[in-house]
Amino acid sequence: MRRWLLWLPLAVFALAMAFAVRELRKPTDRTVYSAMVGKPLPTFDLPPIVAGKPGLSTADVQGQPRLLNIFASWCVPCIAEAPQLMKLKAMGIPIDAIAIRDTGPAIRQFLARNGDPYTRIGDDRDSQVQLALGSSGVPETFVIDARGVIVKQHVGDIRDDDVADLAAAWRAAR
Amino acid sequence: MIAEAGLVALWLAAALAAMQLMLAALAVSRNDDTLARAARPVAVVQGGLALLAMAALIRVFLQSDMSVALVVANSHSAKPWLYKFAGAWGNHEGSMLLWVTILGVAGGAVALLERRVAERTLTATLGTQAAIALGFYAFLLFSSNPFARLPNPPSDGQGLNPLLQDPGLAFHPPTLYAGYVGLSVAFSFAVGALITRDVGPAFARAMRPWVLTAWVFLTIGITAGSYWAYYELGWGGWWFWDPVENASLMPWLAATALLHSVSVLATRDGLRAWTVMLAVVAFSMSMLGTFLVRSGILTSVHAFAVDPERGTFILILLSLYIGGALALFATRIGVVRAGNTFELVSREGSLVANNLLLSVILGIVLIGTFYPILAAAMGTQLSVGPPFFEKAAGPIALVLVVVMAAGPLLRWRRDTLGALVRRLTWPIVATGIAAVALVVAAGWFNMLPMLGLALAAGLAVASVAPLAGRNLLRTPLFVYGMVVAHLGIAVSLAGMAASTAFTREVLVAKAIGESATVGPYRVTLRGIRPVIGDNWSALEARLDVQRGDGSTRLLAPQSRFFSNPPTTTSESAILTAFDGQLYTVLGQPDGTGRWQLRFWWKPWVTLIWFGGLLIAGGGALSILGHWLRDRRQKKRAIEAAEAAAHREAWAA
Amino acid sequence: MIRRLLALVMLALAAPTLAQSRAPADYANVQLPDPAKEAEATALMATLRCLVCQGQAIVDSDADMAGDMRSLVRQRIAAGESADEVRAWLIDRYGDYVTYDPPVSAATLPLWLAPLLLLTFGLWLARASFRRRNK
Repeated sequence: MRRWLLWLPLAVFALAMAFAVRELRKPTDRTVYSAMVGKPLPTFDLPPIVAGKPGLSTADVQGQPRLLNIFASWCVPCIAEAPQLMKLKAMGIPIDAIAIRDTGPAIRQFLARNGDPYTRIGDDRDSQVQLALGSSGVPETFVIDARGVIVKQHVGDIRDDDVADLAAAWRAAR
Repeated sequence: MIAEAGLVALWLAAALAAMQLMLAALAVSRNDDTLARAARPVAVVQGGLALLAMAALIRVFLQSDMSVALVVANSHSAKPWLYKFAGAWGNHEGSMLLWVTILGVAGGAVALLERRVAERTLTATLGTQAAIALGFYAFLLFSSNPFARLPNPPSDGQGLNPLLQDPGLAFHPPTLYAGYVGLSVAFSFAVGALITRDVGPAFARAMRPWVLTAWVFLTIGITAGSYWAYYELGWGGWWFWDPVENASLMPWLAATALLHSVSVLATRDGLRAWTVMLAVVAFSMSMLGTFLVRSGILTSVHAFAVDPERGTFILILLSLYIGGALALFATRIGVVRAGNTFELVSREGSLVANNLLLSVILGIVLIGTFYPILAAAMGTQLSVGPPFFEKAAGPIALVLVVVMAAGPLLRWRRDTLGALVRRLTWPIVATGIAAVALVVAAGWFNMLPMLGLALAAGLAVASVAPLAGRNLLRTPLFVYGMVVAHLGIAVSLAGMAASTAFTREVLVAKAIGESATVGPYRVTLRGIRPVIGDNWSALEARLDVQRGDGSTRLLAPQSRFFSNPPTTTSESAILTAFDGQLYTVLGQPDGTGRWQLRFWWKPWVTLIWFGGLLIAGGGALSILGHWLRDRRQKKRAIEAAEAAAHREAWAA
Repeated sequence: MIRRLLALVMLALAAPTLAQSRAPADYANVQLPDPAKEAEATALMATLRCLVCQGQAIVDSDADMAGDMRSLVRQRIAAGESADEVRAWLIDRYGDYVTYDPPVSAATLPLWLAPLLLLTFGLWLARASFRRRNK
């Protein structure tokens, strides 16, 4: 038997350990991001979900850069990010929303309790538009530029320190 | 008080493990028999103390002692007795303690029972065991203390994950761990033999019962785990190629290869280096199974990083044991005289093929399981799942089945292909008939299950063929062990293939009084009612189930709500017939007064687990057979020695 | 009686968690009428990853989003798309993460070649165990 062969298992093991140490010290970000970033928004036309607030279609989103918030009244982190969305709105950033698997009364209650930063809310009852966007959960926020191209995706709730980032991305999209 | 007693027992056990390690190291390096003899009782007492610590932990769980942090985090006073008991190891710290307890008990058993290998090799083995145990004790005491108290005990605990609240938890982890620990004993023997350069048939014979025992436990553990997932997860799947399952499959594959190569080493003194290597690999795989799964690196790296201290500890332990053993292997195995070489067409040849194919499958599962992590680090998110494993490992497994059919029909040392084909006549005929019958009866369907069914028929015939023409009463028990285990593989394979190919799925929304047909059954929804258990409430569907004109049976699948922690689980209701199972699940109401119901008719699916039990039973027969033969040989040797002494006495 | 009452109370308490989101999508838990199309959809769903679960295929997950993905797959298959087209549509949105059957690419070539490489290496290694048959 060749001598190098005897050391091969140890070498393979050492490599595996080195990799494990690297992962331990600096874990890889394993969030699943949408592959749609950099591509135009898919075509959709969602009906309104609450009275007095229009639904959302692809045509509505063009002309001016905006945020597109994917949310639901049954989602707890969505409550957590509501104040941050209000801040973004106060900065003059238009925010549209897609409500996932939700009902009118529940949304109305949610908006009454947590504030209403939205210009339009589309009713995505079977998450079909969410799937078309490549979004993997609620809440998520997309930045859309004036041509209707997705330029950024924020996964999870918007924390205080994310507000500046999103605002900057929105400004850059103008 | 009991928690403190447990902690003291754990510290004492750790101290004894340190002592055992030092005694063994001194005894081996100085070749001192007195020291070596002292190591044995130390190992026994260490095992006893570990057992005491585990008993203390179970006690605090049974008492729902909410001043112990672990109980608070994983138990609740309203939980049924069984889950308090089993909940002791349904968490990280407790499962580590269970591991080291089984390790300690196994080490004690080695010290008490083992008389076959050279004393020096045994001492080195006990030293290695102590080193492994010491690492675990340190891990428990410094970063995972199961007995830690809370300064301000809450009034009640947070409860146990409802998916774990199942009788399966009571014996699934202990069985798997017994298997893992058995492999650690095999590892210790391998390291002991490397240290004393004593890799030969005697070492293989000493290691064999441990490998076999480990393998039996792993087989039972995987079989039970598969059935548990099958009825608990509520979608009728029995194997998901999920990282956690793969982590239990990999040690089994390594142990299966090891137990075959051990028998080559024991009978024909070949595959020396390979057997030692496999023992190290098998143990590494069981460490992966214990640590990396628990730490969550497989499902999410973040879970692993939540506690970097533990992660670091785990990596250090892994590097010490496995790195150490591999370094020892590289430096020492070259000195070990090469074993015998073989003819290609011979029993040994087929066992080499078995080892090769099993190792390749092991490699595929290992790479497939860890590839997503590797790819993520390189910047690509991807998933590796059932389609990959089936495409990559499936064909190799089918070749392995052919080897398995042929191997036992080959003679040791040398055989001819012509003779083999002659002996394989009936299995080949059975495969052919099964294939034709399948095409005629069911038409052309999925290639892999079809081949699987045909080969299962052939393998079933081939596995009993070694008994043909033998005096059944004088056939050694371990031959029966092999026959039963191989037959078990055929049975299990048939179950997998048949249920994959012929499962009928029916998903419906039904109002009360309506019925649906699934496979040979007619299922009628009679009603939905609330039910309450110890720590859950449920909606229960009452389903009348009728096969043809037979009598009506009642099935009651539930949708359960647990409040601590708040979770919903589906409790499937299963009707077992001789030729398969009817699997029913209650889903959600659809909003129009109807209920979502899921039904599956799974023909012959029970064969999967029945085959698993046969495999384990075969292993147990084999252990018993080898033990009986050893005892007989020892008795004969003693008689011969006595007769010789007698003659000498007369001659004098 | 008290137990029964208690059960009803607990169910009433549990109801809000149930009613959290709306009834599942059309084809989430309902099969396609055409058995051939349903079989194609089921085979595909077994190889698609649920995005919000811990390593489950959408075919055996209770998650709402898995249900919506099943609905999407069934509807697209019913509308005449092939399984490969639906898979490609999802990969366009979620990357290779969404499929358990990793498509062959530069990143997955080592994975798909591994079985062959292992087998070759194993055969080469095993060769040492055998006697040369030239006698």
